[in-house]
Amino acid sequence: MTESAGVRIAGGLWGGALSRMARDRAALVSAGVIVIIALLALIGPLVIPYSQQALDWQHIASPPQFSSGHWLGTDRLGRDLLVRTLHGVRISLVIGLMATLVSLVIGVTWGAAAGFLGGRSDELMMRTVDVLYTLPYIFIVIILSTIFARGNVYVLFFAIGAVGWLTMARIVRGQTLSLKRREFVEAAVVTGVGRAAIVTRHIVPNLIGPVVVYATLTIPQMILYESFLSFLGLGVQEPLASLGSLINLGAREMESAPWMLMVPAGFLVVLLVCFNFLGDGLRDALDPHER
Amino acid sequence: MFAYAIRRVALLVPTLLAIITISFLIIRLAPGGPFDEEQTLPPAIKANLEAAYGLDAPLSKQYFRYIGGLIRGDFGPSFKFRDVRVSELIGQGLPVSLSLGACAVLLAILVGVPLGALAALRRNRAVDHAIRGVAVLGIALPSFVVGPVLALVFGLYLHWLPVAGWEGGEARYMILPVVTLSLPVMAYVARLARASFLEVMRANHIRTARAKGLSEYTVVWRHALRPALMPVVSYLGPATAFVVTGSLVVETVFGLPGTGRYLVQGAINRDYTLVMGMIVVYGVITLLCNLIADLLYSWLDPRVRHD
Repeated sequence: MTESAGVRIAGGLWGGALSRMARDRAALVSAGVIVIIALLALIGPLVIPYSQQALDWQHIASPPQFSSGHWLGTDRLGRDLLVRTLHGVRISLVIGLMATLVSLVIGVTWGAAAGFLGGRSDELMMRTVDVLYTLPYIFIVIILSTIFARGNVYVLFFAIGAVGWLTMARIVRGQTLSLKRREFVEAAVVTGVGRAAIVTRHIVPNLIGPVVVYATLTIPQMILYESFLSFLGLGVQEPLASLGSLINLGAREMESAPWMLMVPAGFLVVLLVCFNFLGDGLRDALDPHER
Repeated sequence: MFAYAIRRVALLVPTLLAIITISFLIIRLAPGGPFDEEQTLPPAIKANLEAAYGLDAPLSKQYFRYIGGLIRGDFGPSFKFRDVRVSELIGQGLPVSLSLGACAVLLAILVGVPLGALAALRRNRAVDHAIRGVAVLGIALPSFVVGPVLALVFGLYLHWLPVAGWEGGEARYMILPVVTLSLPVMAYVARLARASFLEVMRANHIRTARAKGLSEYTVVWRHALRPALMPVVSYLGPATAFVVTGSLVVETVFGLPGTGRYLVQGAINRDYTLVMGMIVVYGVITLLCNLIADLLYSWLDPRVRHD
């Protein structure tokens, strides 16, 4: 490793990461697109003169056009597709973020505890993760959505987040284990730093990188789960709409009104791709092994 | 090898039991019953219904009765389809779902591995970029978008293939569902194969093979293929979970009479026994496929067995 690289790393994890991030064009563009879509979802419904449930009898199932005032067309009930889709983006983003938060809290706590405690408790905790891993996540979510009232958005993101923490726990545990054996932790132990201080000052700051990266990659997964459930009719219920339920409606009408499928599907795919690029970019910028 | 296989099979039973117990407990301990949604039943009728379905017994008795039934291959009565047992629904749906899933995994490997190898051997050329681009899309596009779009293009616009239906598994009806189900797995396999081929082609034994003067063909197929396949084999376990999840969507999109659709309908109707039965079936399938993948891996790479 050259002198300058050493100096740059000494300048701080985030300083180096930011400068590397600034050179990653795909990640930057993706971040920009995500911000734009989020702003659209936030502001759009306030500006557009139609509400989510307003029926426009003059324009039923009209294709995208400027003259009718419905830029992205309407559905079979005359509801403006742009407003519905932007509301869908809102719900999908909120559920994606909240579910990621839930999975982050559970996963980091579980993984850090297993890695730091080690021994028996580590064994038991990680076996539990292994067993849960063999079952496709979606089953647990389906069980939960079978028994709880459907359409309850809180239950939904909690259910999705509660099954999405397994990979996070594994990553955090592995990271904690390897950090525990590093020289700087040994040096801290030798100089008499207490256990609590070692965790907060030496282990947790070094976990932030991989946790941020994986959290960014978790968001599109959570959005995908939510849309998946809503597509199957197990997630967000009418009159609310998420991207998944809009795609489901669109798929039924695709013969006569293909835009009803294409508009929400387009938004979903762009969001997913951008989040994935952003996560990959962050990983390249923050992962010390890739430097 | 044999001892390893025995040990793995022995682990299967407790895992399966854990899955059954956890899902049983979640479903039975949750507030609300399967008959709550029918226009508020008079208490007497509700009690009768619960007695008829054995829901009045203590939880532990219900649990052992359920396990006993499972051992005999009986998944109990469906709560919503009158006079139908869950086993009958599984018997009808499973052949459809299994043939769909098997075809999808097979297609993914048969197409994905050669594509990945091609990309690796033509690294940074146009072919490589094209394959990697398509793979990124294949992974990013969810099946509930790909399925309807494929049906729209090939079914409604081009009239090449039927839009939906099963017709006893006629090949024409299987193409679109299998492709939809296979696409993400195929993309992932191609990516894995590309990465591992790149790594294997740098290995010492490949350099030796080349130094001996073997043809590029022999080097790739005789010396690089087997070690390069290992990551793909170990992906087969997770791939099963992926295909199982995808089959729920694909069966709904294309209107196929498989178990995935029964699971979705069961969840919508809150048909507890149906959902439980499907979870058990899918749990067994996932565990078996994971087992097969692991055994295959240890057979191909003897080092794993001596852990």
